[in-house]
Amino acid sequence: MKGLASAHSIVEPGLFAKWLAAAIVILYALVSTVPLLWIVLTGFKTPPDSISYPPKLLFQPSLEGYVNLFTTRTRQTADFIATLPPANSWYEKLVRSRNMVIAGPSKYLPRYINSLIIGFGSTFLAVLLGTLTAYGFSRFKVPLKDDLMFFILSTRMMPPIAVAIPIYLMYRELGLTDTKLGMILLYTAVNVSLAVWLLKGFIDEIPLEYEEAAMIDGYTRLQAFRKVVLPQAATGIAATAIFCLIFAWNEYAFAVLLTSGDAQTSPPFIPFIIGEGGQDWPAVAAGTTLFLVPIVLFTVLLRKHLLRGITFGAVRK
Amino acid sequence: MLEPLATNRSDKPVTSLKPLALIKGARGFSDRAIAWAFIGPTIALLLAINIFPLIWTIRLSFTNYRANKPNAPLRWLGIDHYSDLLTDPEIWHGMQVTARFVVSTVVIETLLGFALAYLVDRRFRGHGFWTTVILIPMMLSPAVVGNFWTFLYQPQSGLFNYIIAFLSGIDASSFQMIGDVRLAPWSIVIVDVWMWTPYVMLICLAGLRSIPDYIYEAAEVDRASKWRQFWTITLPMAAPFIMLAVLFRGIENFKMFDMVNLLTNGGPGSTTELASITLKREAFEKWTTGYSSAFAVILFVTIFGLANIYVKALNRVKQR
Repeated sequence: MKGLASAHSIVEPGLFAKWLAAAIVILYALVSTVPLLWIVLTGFKTPPDSISYPPKLLFQPSLEGYVNLFTTRTRQTADFIATLPPANSWYEKLVRSRNMVIAGPSKYLPRYINSLIIGFGSTFLAVLLGTLTAYGFSRFKVPLKDDLMFFILSTRMMPPIAVAIPIYLMYRELGLTDTKLGMILLYTAVNVSLAVWLLKGFIDEIPLEYEEAAMIDGYTRLQAFRKVVLPQAATGIAATAIFCLIFAWNEYAFAVLLTSGDAQTSPPFIPFIIGEGGQDWPAVAAGTTLFLVPIVLFTVLLRKHLLRGITFGAVRK
Repeated sequence: MLEPLATNRSDKPVTSLKPLALIKGARGFSDRAIAWAFIGPTIALLLAINIFPLIWTIRLSFTNYRANKPNAPLRWLGIDHYSDLLTDPEIWHGMQVTARFVVSTVVIETLLGFALAYLVDRRFRGHGFWTTVILIPMMLSPAVVGNFWTFLYQPQSGLFNYIIAFLSGIDASSFQMIGDVRLAPWSIVIVDVWMWTPYVMLICLAGLRSIPDYIYEAAEVDRASKWRQFWTITLPMAAPFIMLAVLFRGIENFKMFDMVNLLTNGGPGSTTELASITLKREAFEKWTTGYSSAFAVILFVTIFGLANIYVKALNRVKQR
């Protein structure tokens, strides 16, 4: 119906215009994907292949990058390796073929798990606080409402390094430096502004009549909130949660300044995956790939809400 | 601070609360108690993690405090740091580098983003899919991806140098994007444009789609040329959205840290040393906490001013 109606519209672009537009847009999309494809490809190269010139598009795929990502290794002489009992796994064989032996697991997995814990912890808290606050601002007469909303937004605008100076001192006093709790609280504070602004938009769109009807039927305000508003806002809450998760997942400035070990997340760790003689690029690429994959999936899931998310709910479709 | 919005739905409940309160009587908690119980925790968290530290920063900015010597005697310096800052050539250099970075990225991203949005709005078959593909870079971690660009920029083996060499015939190892004083500022601009053009595109696309078809139909009836339609309908009506994108990119890039820290770390020399990088050096490498706090306060004030304009722009877009 829509297609039929617009086919006769005088404002519908001509066939040539459409064809040209498609060609340019697809070209841009392909070019902008090249760096990402290169990350994925480099993860499956051997270190010599990764730095060969001209860059290799076709190569013998190898899992060496992934093995190096998850292990630490020490170089040994061939004679020493010959004295060892036979390798009992494919990755040990791969490592030994490079005259190395596996010394232990690398820190990549613990850092990844830190990212998950801090990401989900802060997202849960930010969305919980954000939903309550957004409902409060959406439905009640709150003194200085606009000023409070502006205050909440402005906290998100601060340069992270400037915020990190006093947080660094405060966390040192409180013993929160390099703790997961400290990072969860910090990311919650940063994300709650986004959560409030986004969720207020979503809750504003739920007709007030639903709650009024429920309350006339005998629900209290809190029951109406739980049984009427929350289910209606579920999509909005899910979209907001994914945005908060992506922020916490990607965050670097606070992480690099306030964590060094126990609570370090992936972004400050990945650049320092070092092999012999500098950065081990296949391992860095492998670590980057595993780190980016969840975000690409979430982006596809979120595509309908992206616009709202990146403009703090200002632009809605 | 904010202009009241005629179409803002949040105003509605206020008027309809009274009859409802009568129906409800004394059952349950009062709305006022619920409102404060719902809003209070967020405000408390923000006071603890944002406002208290901010006040602390302001206090420190008047002292000689150094975070690596917490037990050294604290001296009150008054506004010395502020007057030093405003005459410090390094700070001015950092601000200039930041300004150049912000202006060049925002201009390129706006032109490119708007052009892409205009093309996507031709509604060719499959435009939804390709839009999603284009949007992916902006969702990724600037730090992790920025780090990988150092690999793409390697003069001996990097893909970027290879492609430039392939297209232009210049020898790939004859130029270094990151190591060269003239090219380094462009190296960070290229990565930022790659990551954030989709952002501008998405907002501009919303602007273009907010223009109803009947306006163009009327213009066609009046025999306005496509060129004239673009300048008198498309551009003015999409302008608030473009402004929104420009402001937001401006603020974000004014505080840019992660991507540049990993890509060039301010170098070579100080050619890409943005304000945030200078601040990091002062605060966490030289440990001049008092001095860097004063610099942070100046950045706060600047951002706060920009944020104010930003919220006004948000509201203008919302009213449409």
